[in-house]
Amino acid sequence: MSMTEKHKVLERNVTLLAAAALVTVAIGGIVEIAPLFWIDNTIEKVDGMRPYTPLEQAGRDVYVREGCYTCHSQMIRPFRDEVERYGHYSLAAESIYDHPFQWGSKRTGPDLARVGGRYSDEWHVQHMRDPQSVVPESIMPKYSFLADADLETHDASDRLTALRRVGVPYTDTDVENAAADLAAQADPDADAGDLATRYPKAQQRDFDGDPARLTEMDALVAYLQMLGTLVDVNAAAAQEDLAQETGR
Amino acid sequence: MERVVSRAGLWFVLLILAVMAMAAAQDSGFAAHMAILAIAALTGLWLSIANADYGAMARGVLRMPSDPSRYDDDPVRWGVIATIFWGMAGFAAGLFIALQLTWPAFNLEPYLNFGRVRPLHTSAVIFAFGGNALIATSFYIVQRTCRARLAFPGLARFVFWGYQLFIVLAATGYLLGITQSKEYAEPEWYVDWWLTIVWVSYLVVFVGTIVKRKEPHIYVANWFFLAFILTVAMLHVVQNLDMPVSLLGSKSYPLFAGVQGALIQWWYGHNAVGFFLTAGFLGMMYYFVPKQAERPIYSYRLSIIHFWSMIFLYIWAGPHHLLYTALPDWAQTLGMVFSVMLWMPSWGGMINGLMTLNGAWDKVRTDPIIRMMVWSLAFYGMSTFEGPVMSVKSVNSLSHYTDWTIGHVHSGALGWNGMITFAAIYFLVPRLWGRDRLYSLRMVNWHFWLATAGIVFYAGSMWVAGVTQGLMWREYGSDGYLVNSFAETVIALHPMYMMRAFGGLLYLAGAVILVWNIWATILGKLRSEAPMTSAAYDPEKDRPAVPAQSAQGD
Repeated sequence: MSMTEKHKVLERNVTLLAAAALVTVAIGGIVEIAPLFWIDNTIEKVDGMRPYTPLEQAGRDVYVREGCYTCHSQMIRPFRDEVERYGHYSLAAESIYDHPFQWGSKRTGPDLARVGGRYSDEWHVQHMRDPQSVVPESIMPKYSFLADADLETHDASDRLTALRRVGVPYTDTDVENAAADLAAQADPDADAGDLATRYPKAQQRDFDGDPARLTEMDALVAYLQMLGTLVDVNAAAAQEDLAQETGR
Repeated sequence: MERVVSRAGLWFVLLILAVMAMAAAQDSGFAAHMAILAIAALTGLWLSIANADYGAMARGVLRMPSDPSRYDDDPVRWGVIATIFWGMAGFAAGLFIALQLTWPAFNLEPYLNFGRVRPLHTSAVIFAFGGNALIATSFYIVQRTCRARLAFPGLARFVFWGYQLFIVLAATGYLLGITQSKEYAEPEWYVDWWLTIVWVSYLVVFVGTIVKRKEPHIYVANWFFLAFILTVAMLHVVQNLDMPVSLLGSKSYPLFAGVQGALIQWWYGHNAVGFFLTAGFLGMMYYFVPKQAERPIYSYRLSIIHFWSMIFLYIWAGPHHLLYTALPDWAQTLGMVFSVMLWMPSWGGMINGLMTLNGAWDKVRTDPIIRMMVWSLAFYGMSTFEGPVMSVKSVNSLSHYTDWTIGHVHSGALGWNGMITFAAIYFLVPRLWGRDRLYSLRMVNWHFWLATAGIVFYAGSMWVAGVTQGLMWREYGSDGYLVNSFAETVIALHPMYMMRAFGGLLYLAGAVILVWNIWATILGKLRSEAPMTSAAYDPEKDRPAVPAQSAQGD
């Protein structure tokens, strides 16, 4: 029986045709995606990664809402020019708590994976209010409304709970204290309790230059200022040790 | 009467639920979306009641077609109009964001900033313009190639209106800041659930019609539509596994993070291209090209080979969006290799379409609709060659993150998807509205040349912009330092961005001509002009196969 004759069986039976098509399209995804969940060197462990603080996560939610990924990547490739321009290439572990990932696909503006600590808070606020006032060539839109928008804090615990359900290891204490942590991190005079213990390297200060209010600008700048600061990427020896001891 | 009451009752329950959800909403965006849902329910309620009281008046809106010896074309007619409407909206949004990238003063914060309008543009052209074109043409084609009327006519109408509601919720959501920020899957969890319901209904109507067929064989166009519907369902469900923060709020967090999230995103994203914009549109090609050329498809054997190899290979190509990232190297290499292999089945489709014109190539000179189809296949061939080239790691290291990608996407979208859709609309409208011919074939010619010039400006400027920026980023001086700051590479692209916006304007102008032409055709006007040729049409042959005794009212 020739190929076309055999194929006529499928052409006359929509159930067979649909089943065959579905199996055909499922194979590629299964082979490529499933192993990422169990091959243990997909994400090499590094020291320093921790979940986002509630304020950083709120800033990340603003970043997501405004579609910053349409122009900014957060994924530095291992090329000499990228490493010199943006810093050490990105490690898989650095986006382990990113729901959703924000690697991006287009650099209309520069990569932001390691923007934390590169500019002052004041620069960021001025840049958000009027990008062309600090970078005349910039084609970035203005985001001055962020400084006038009060940050919603009433569902901070709910947001951490939802993140915990998808696998981010927040503790019960983290979830209970989410709203308080969020306010305390943006207030240099507040008693932050054990915030710094639960979230190492968390930066506590007023980010938007307006201590009287907790705004979306506070949250966004707090997020930008921590990007790429958690992992000591130059301690690469640690990773090489790990690679050797696990025989890779 | 009972049917009217139960139907009105359903709408009423939906209305009450929407209003309650609006009142209890956790955020203003969710409240706005529930208000839209309430308006939709109110419209449905009003129409249900109006339908009962004034049956004749509402027949044009919700009637079940009563003549079983005619195909059920109401959803197709609505779909053609929706395709044109959303197409204009999507093209205009594209021109707007092109202007924003050229002159940032076009950004109007917060609702009309680039980051919110860009997803509006991509969703409007892919899902609203492309999606409506696919639903409408698949409903048209599946009836003709099965010689049977649509199965479940009420459900088919639900698919149309439900899909429009999905579009409105998605589009308004982006402007309100309701987004998952996953490319081409931006709508939030509850909009995704709604689309899942609509999509399953679409599958039921489509497969149901095939089951009812009077032809022993399932025509090749329907294989492509079937693969498109099934695969998009699979991709959509896996990509949108989310955890809502509250069932009364719009915000959710995706199940997958980091590396896994990235690969699932591009498994989805690449196959939105592969199955939404390729397999589905090949289904259109396999019907409209032979009909307009009045020639059978070139090779049945090639159809089989390229169908199965294409749907098998496409799924693997997703990782080429993640070359040199933190994705494991083995997955990157697999993605690259399969992307290069994908070139062959893609060209199988192009060859099968183009060779169908064997013996009819003179029509390219005289028939502007077949010229559009040939041109769309040519662009399909070009962009499916460019894609594998860009998937090669060394090329991608230059092209990734630059406007080269944008140019590549638009040569495919404007050239292949746009042109084949325009040609299908020009083919369908005289047949659907019972007109002798289009208002003007010469205006189709104008549309063709404006669109072509627009694509040349668009793709050309973006190729130059992409290569320019890629080279500037990696340029080192003799002192061993990087030569260009990032801002310098931005200002270098300004002239190219102006040319891109001009190209978009030309393409939009061509679409305006289409609107004018289609409007006049529906009104039944004929432009007096020197004649051009088009394919012949006999309404008496355009009928389902029905036994004579079943010719009775619904």
